[in-house]
Amino acid sequence: MDFAPTSAPRKAASTKIVIAGGFGVGKTTLVGSVSEIVPLRTEALVTNESEGVDDLAAVPTKATTTVAMDFGRLTLAEDLVLYLFGTPGQRRFWFMWDDLCRGAIGAIVMVDTARLDESFSPLDYFESKGLPFIVAVNQFDGTREYDLDEVAAALALPPEVPIIRVDARDRESAKQALVRVTEYALLRLTQSLTVNAN
Amino acid sequence: MAPDDTRGPDDEPVAPARFVRPYTITAGRTKAAVDLPMEATLRIQPHDASADADLGAGAQRVLDLCDQRSVAEVSALASMPIGVVRVLLGDLVQQGLVRVQATITESSSQDERIELIERTLRGLRSY
Repeated sequence: MDFAPTSAPRKAASTKIVIAGGFGVGKTTLVGSVSEIVPLRTEALVTNESEGVDDLAAVPTKATTTVAMDFGRLTLAEDLVLYLFGTPGQRRFWFMWDDLCRGAIGAIVMVDTARLDESFSPLDYFESKGLPFIVAVNQFDGTREYDLDEVAAALALPPEVPIIRVDARDRESAKQALVRVTEYALLRLTQSLTVNAN
Repeated sequence: MAPDDTRGPDDEPVAPARFVRPYTITAGRTKAAVDLPMEATLRIQPHDASADADLGAGAQRVLDLCDQRSVAEVSALASMPIGVVRVLLGDLVQQGLVRVQATITESSSQDERIELIERTLRGLRSY
């Protein structure tokens, strides 16, 4: 890319956290319960071959379809805005995840204990990219409470990955999930500094 | 994706494959001239009103919407796909009409990352 941003250190004015998980697990609910705006929806174009948007120019007559993402916004300070992006969970959308995860603080993988398999794909992805993530089991009235250790074992989570319960509808609970992933991202960074120093 | 697959990210029905060409608005270009992360926020730069006169309708719409908003918000509010918005915003940046505010990128230092995460944590705890 020819364009180079000014070289003086610039404080980031915005950042993002990715919310991943299977269909109906509560991603948009969680985003909506903490967002200061009603969640918005943005779309990316995909060819039917899921080649990605950049290939559209080469195949202008190919039919395209869209992939939608819902996102919310939290103004954390006068000079800092946090965006939450809910991402489509399926593996065929991975090309978009690279874009979404670039520069992200971390990710929350939301899990429905009735459909654990739907979280495998996001877990694999974040592990492979080295993006800090936590697992949040969405728990609401009427769902059976599983032991978090059991869920972690069923997901074959690395022992250091935090796993929590969340009620996606509850602002405070959703906020706590965001705090946890941010704390974990900070821990990971400061640990890597210690390792480098040794 | 199979042609008859009309499911969205959350398995919600989405519009069937379309044959309009949204990149017409960018004269067929699909690459933005500058790096524009989805969460990057924009600021309109002070400029002569005459500079707006040459803008196409799409670029004008993006310019009108973008101040203090992110690339993703402009896409959502302008009802334009994210890739199209990136090309249009990239042009506006190159023309000096819009400035992209900083985000964390691959080239950010550890210190910059830690500073950002600490600020985020402080903000979240008191949110």
